[in-house]
Amino acid sequence: MTDSVVEAADIKPYTLNWGPQHPAAHGVLRLILELDGEVVTRADPHIGLLHRGTEKLIEYKTYLQAVPYFDRLDYVAPMNQEHAYALAVEKLLGIEVPERGQYIRVLFSEITRILNHLLNLTSFALDVGAITPPLWGFEEREKLMEFYERVSGARLHCAYFRPGGVHQDMPAGLADDIWAYSERFPQIVEDLDELLTENRIWKQRTVDIGVVSAEQALAWAFSGPMLRASNVAWDLRKAQPYDVYDRMDFDVPVGLTGDCYARYLVRMEEMRQSNRIIRQCLQEMPKEGPVKVNDRKVAPPPRAEMKRSMEALIHHFKLYTEGYHVPAGQYYGVVEAPKGEFGVHIVSDGTNKPYRCRLRGPGFAHLQALDQMARGHMLADVSALIGAIDVVFGDIDR
Amino acid sequence: MSFATLEELGEYLVRTLDPDLSAYEMEHGQLVVQARRGAIVKVLTFLRDDANCHFQQLMDLFGVDYPEREERFEVLYQMLSLKHNQRVRVKVQTDEETPVPSVAGVYPSATWYEREAWDMYGVFFSDNPDLRRILTDYGFEGHPLRKDFPLTGYVEVRYDDEQKRVVYEPVKLTQDFRTFDFLSPWEGMTREILPGDEKAKGAS
Repeated sequence: MTDSVVEAADIKPYTLNWGPQHPAAHGVLRLILELDGEVVTRADPHIGLLHRGTEKLIEYKTYLQAVPYFDRLDYVAPMNQEHAYALAVEKLLGIEVPERGQYIRVLFSEITRILNHLLNLTSFALDVGAITPPLWGFEEREKLMEFYERVSGARLHCAYFRPGGVHQDMPAGLADDIWAYSERFPQIVEDLDELLTENRIWKQRTVDIGVVSAEQALAWAFSGPMLRASNVAWDLRKAQPYDVYDRMDFDVPVGLTGDCYARYLVRMEEMRQSNRIIRQCLQEMPKEGPVKVNDRKVAPPPRAEMKRSMEALIHHFKLYTEGYHVPAGQYYGVVEAPKGEFGVHIVSDGTNKPYRCRLRGPGFAHLQALDQMARGHMLADVSALIGAIDVVFGDIDR
Repeated sequence: MSFATLEELGEYLVRTLDPDLSAYEMEHGQLVVQARRGAIVKVLTFLRDDANCHFQQLMDLFGVDYPEREERFEVLYQMLSLKHNQRVRVKVQTDEETPVPSVAGVYPSATWYEREAWDMYGVFFSDNPDLRRILTDYGFEGHPLRKDFPLTGYVEVRYDDEQKRVVYEPVKLTQDFRTFDFLSPWEGMTREILPGDEKAKGAS
């Protein structure tokens, strides 16, 4: 009798299928969790439910037609990804963007960073039970997306940064409105800070959850806020500056503990620093000047010119049908996207379409380490971890 | 100690690791080294641990397909050194059958990247602890990023109301797949002199 009781107590771990439709999964994450009681013993993320074959599709598109695909990768930070692609193509073409174009790109990269962090931090808070931060944060996101709309015509899928510069100059009055917003913005971060930073429940849910040491973070190819939260001071905007980031004065925050709370703190501080960069851009930016290269073989002529010049019309037609031919070669263009290192590796064979376009999304490496981070934690901590990793399936599944 | 330029680093690597690492080249300011397939674990371990290298991070690992080559696949490793602020790209060649030794033991981040390369190209990585498909559908056949895999794929899915489930069917296109070849007969903007222009030069 006693023998059979012992035998019955030896139960196999409980397997829980989480997702792919789970409100805390931030999209379509399917997670197979093996549980011992309520403690996670193994987490096996099944990804690819949003796989659209972007890399394959780009091989069949001209260089200009490939730009909108980058908005649809990490759809919370579209412009940063276009930036990486534009930098890589510009390098292969051997062109340099005019100063005003570079400032506009840095300005909007930082607006994008704030957009991303506002979405991430507030929905992270929602995952662990706080409803107010998303209500406040999404209102601010709407205001920032209005700037997106005014500059590019679209709130989300903007296709604004293109190889050679940006699509068009900022409309009159936009710089003043962004400036006015940047004066109000620190107060918004303060409000969020008051809601969360010293909040007892928030700290109980995030402090000491998913601790990653600096060595582990490096080995798992972490980048961005995830790496910095593990006390590694590394920021591509400082270390390998692109466009006019070398002229910007900003600090790189690092976290000391490497847990979810440190990741939250790093992102909060990054929003403040982004606001500083935005203000510097607006102050230092040349008030007028070209925003894209003056090379008609790469950038289209202005609309007005096309009405009068036959040559301009031909250029426009050729650019939007055949596109430009990129000299053969390979280049790995990389930017500090809000989530980490976003890289675009282009293999060009000298035609008007990329031979191979590899997209390196930061979330892929971060999600891979979820198994290590979740082991030994409670089931409820998994949603805190997913929130802190900042998973957006667009760039993980590609 | 670190090298001021990537060329010096490249020369140092070829000097110390020959014949496992045979050649280096600079491409648009980025260092690319060619490694021997069988020695990739050794090369990457050296790159990680050597004091002159310290490439602590394997940021990316992916394949490129060149069907016309004898060994059609190229596997590229993007390495990043935070200490020296340098990047290096290591490449190895392989074909459909020959496995590439897995570097998951050196860099744990390689596990998923190798799974992806296997899924997308069918490059086999020996000793990878978990070489399952990663991005494609459950039960998917083929390797979609190969150049001979059609863009449209082979199957499409729809919900069948009679069977009350999702069914897989061969792809039926309502319109033929269109692809435009801009390389011939007009060379377009790649050509410096248009046909006939040479006569004008001789006349003047």
